[in-house]
Amino acid sequence: MAEEYAVRMVNITKAFGTKVIANDRVHLDLKKGEILSLLGENGSGKTTLMNMLSGIYFPDSGQIFVDGQEVTIASPHDAFELGIGMVHQHFKLVDVLTAAENIELGLPGKAVVDRKAIAAKIQEICDRYGFVIDPNKKVYDMSVSEKQTLEIVKTLYRGANVLILDEPTAVLTPQETERLFAVMRNMKADGKSIIIITHKLHEVLEISDRVAVLRKGEYVGDMLTAEADAQKLTDMMVGRAVSLNIERTEPKNTVERLRIRNLTVKDIDGVTRLDDINLDVYGGEILGIAGISGCGQKELLEAIAGLQVTEPGSSVRYFPEGQETDEGEELLGRNPRSIADMGVRLAFVPEDRLGMGLVGSMDLTDNMMLKRYREGRGFFADRKPPHKLAEEVVKSLEVVTPSIETPVRRLSGGNVQKVLVGREIAMQPTVLMSAYAVRGLDINTSYTIYRLLNEQKQKGAAVVYVGEDLDVLLELCDRIAVLCAGRLNDIVDARTTTKEQVGYLMTYLKAPQGKEAQA
Amino acid sequence: MTHSHEPLIHIAKRDGIVWWKGWLIRIAGVVLALIVSALFIYGLTKLNPVKVYGAMWQGAFGTSKRTWVTIRDMLMLLCIGVGLAPAFAMRFWNIGAEGQILMGGCATAAVMLYGGATMPTWLLLVLGFVVSLIAGAVWGLIPAIFKARWNTNETLFTLMMNYLAIQITSFLVAKWENPYGSNTVGIINKSTQAGWFPAIFGQQYMLNVIIVLAVTILMFLYLRYSKQGYEIAVVGESENTARYAGISVKKVIIRTMAISGAICGLSGFVAVSGASHTISTSTAGGRGFTAIIVAWMAKFNTFVMILIALLLVFLEKGAQQIASQFRLNDYASNVVMGIILFFLLGSEFFINYSVHFRHHGKEVSQA
Repeated sequence: MAEEYAVRMVNITKAFGTKVIANDRVHLDLKKGEILSLLGENGSGKTTLMNMLSGIYFPDSGQIFVDGQEVTIASPHDAFELGIGMVHQHFKLVDVLTAAENIELGLPGKAVVDRKAIAAKIQEICDRYGFVIDPNKKVYDMSVSEKQTLEIVKTLYRGANVLILDEPTAVLTPQETERLFAVMRNMKADGKSIIIITHKLHEVLEISDRVAVLRKGEYVGDMLTAEADAQKLTDMMVGRAVSLNIERTEPKNTVERLRIRNLTVKDIDGVTRLDDINLDVYGGEILGIAGISGCGQKELLEAIAGLQVTEPGSSVRYFPEGQETDEGEELLGRNPRSIADMGVRLAFVPEDRLGMGLVGSMDLTDNMMLKRYREGRGFFADRKPPHKLAEEVVKSLEVVTPSIETPVRRLSGGNVQKVLVGREIAMQPTVLMSAYAVRGLDINTSYTIYRLLNEQKQKGAAVVYVGEDLDVLLELCDRIAVLCAGRLNDIVDARTTTKEQVGYLMTYLKAPQGKEAQA
Repeated sequence: MTHSHEPLIHIAKRDGIVWWKGWLIRIAGVVLALIVSALFIYGLTKLNPVKVYGAMWQGAFGTSKRTWVTIRDMLMLLCIGVGLAPAFAMRFWNIGAEGQILMGGCATAAVMLYGGATMPTWLLLVLGFVVSLIAGAVWGLIPAIFKARWNTNETLFTLMMNYLAIQITSFLVAKWENPYGSNTVGIINKSTQAGWFPAIFGQQYMLNVIIVLAVTILMFLYLRYSKQGYEIAVVGESENTARYAGISVKKVIIRTMAISGAICGLSGFVAVSGASHTISTSTAGGRGFTAIIVAWMAKFNTFVMILIALLLVFLEKGAQQIASQFRLNDYASNVVMGIILFFLLGSEFFINYSVHFRHHGKEVSQA
């Protein structure tokens, strides 16, 4: 029987609780040998829909057809039996096992494991599609990209014909993304069908054959990629016309705010995470920090914020507003509280929003007072100002929340970030640091964040933007500092540099200049 | 192979529930527990369950004296639960309440023994109050300092501190033995009643009520509205967030455990000065562990703890009564207690999750 569709989802509905309808009568068709992009804002139900296809959730109603046959997928095991495999945003690997062990794990088999046969089969899959993988490497030794490759090989090993990739490029460098796309094209040529979830429109346009769009849990429609462009897709996703321009103004009245000298950070095992960083940060400009994840971005921001132990000789000097000193004031050796007590309005939007920037179980009011609960005299905390601030943030940033009293953990990712950024901006910062401020956010919310950062820049704040999307870094920032393996590889002008140059600086460490000699 | 069936039951997390529905579920849980227990009682003993329940009620509230004993024991459990609340709200697993109670009790007993002949009762009480707070606080501080400085495991540490406290108590019991050779301290100051809680309005246990209720109210305000209470909540959720907010995690751990230990020590004072007027290794009697259930079931709301402590003590008293009245052994009454607790905890599940059963027949594709 020649069936055109690998998967058809018909009238799928899924509700969480009584209020949230994640998917409302959604249709989705996936043709054989096709790469389909699934597009939608945060909370539009993409992941929920895919989780129903991979057996993690069970739909409240609706039908799923695989190869024209109606099926019931009640568990991930059922999905595997049907040849459906999903690579999740958060990898599901066992760190202490090797690649081959992870692949074999959970599969039925004899008591004695035939490692040779497994290795041969893995090799065969790798050769066919162009993966590079070392079956004997332990997962904890792997880079993010290797882990992702392993996840894909794992699903193929189990005989998947339909692959679901949930935001696979969010953690990859441009070069790694290109490699992933090449592999995806090979798989497509081999007759596999692929659904890819991504927020990056240029990737949608590059890799997919067709785009399906969800909005607020409903299916909006689909479009051949050949007929689509970024503007059309965004409008479809958001439901109204959205401007996709980042308005970058020329830096005005820039003044030195931070002078970072010889900043070196070692982790608990004595491994150097930041190596002799020298960097100046100016008020009135946006300084981008580019680099493969884990190259010292986190340590850099946390050192400035007073959350990181630094090596002797390191220095971060802060130059207060309106004071003409040559010396500045030393920030290192202080904790966040004493930095705040100095009168430094240092805003920090950390990468781990609910694990560091906010308290998930607390409501908006209590989160607004996180850095300011000491204000006011007396033993008891005054909750009136934070309550008012919470209301203002909800209103001005259009935070979607049932109420001010809702624990922030219940909000969607984009709204969590709005609460965090809103709080940090409310302190009228002189320095605003953000790490991966738009990670996982949809395009509409992302542009809101860019706009807010630009406003801060125009107000004279020194904005530090650690980002992973090079297109955005080049469009948003004034200067970009590129980190590579804990070193500051170069600082480039964002207006004149190309993406390839930055990507190159991220991966190839230049020979250290001047006084130092590499051993 | 591809046609497995739709799962029979399917569980979904609720996004909040109206408060009265929550209580309705809890009441339904208690009623169900009573029915199941009744079946159990009848099935095993052929006794009339209604009579057995009546006896339980009699055991706890049958006479005015029994009622006051129930209240006294409830207050003791409540006081310990209130003491544990700040530690557990900080996710510091203080299972060392037993030891903290004993140290508070020993300190109180020492004051009564050494000061009983010379000091007036009001001074003995004030002194006992203060030294029991200090003794409990010290017992809470030791594991806290080790946790803050060297990140030791507080669960093991506080547990071991219990055994230390038990050994110290047995040493003191041997030292204070009265009469000689009895291996007990006996009733301290039996003739003079020096250092005993005085009766207020003719009620022997009125001071217990006043002290414990005051602590309950203060702890509620402390946890919910004070700056320090806010710090405890942040540290309990995420130490990283606390550091980010400029909170000194070490300081909060040490301070909170001092408070937690102090209040547990205070319940030792209430137990010795206000109830038993003696000290032994069983002064805590496992209540330091039972109070953990009280604290968690109440989700650290000290007012809810009153209800839960009362329920647990009621069950205990009732169980003792039916054990003696119907000559059932302790195990039978323990089973009844277990069934009721099981259903109460189970009702929390139904408050947090809704359960749907498979729809019958083929679903219509139009939702």
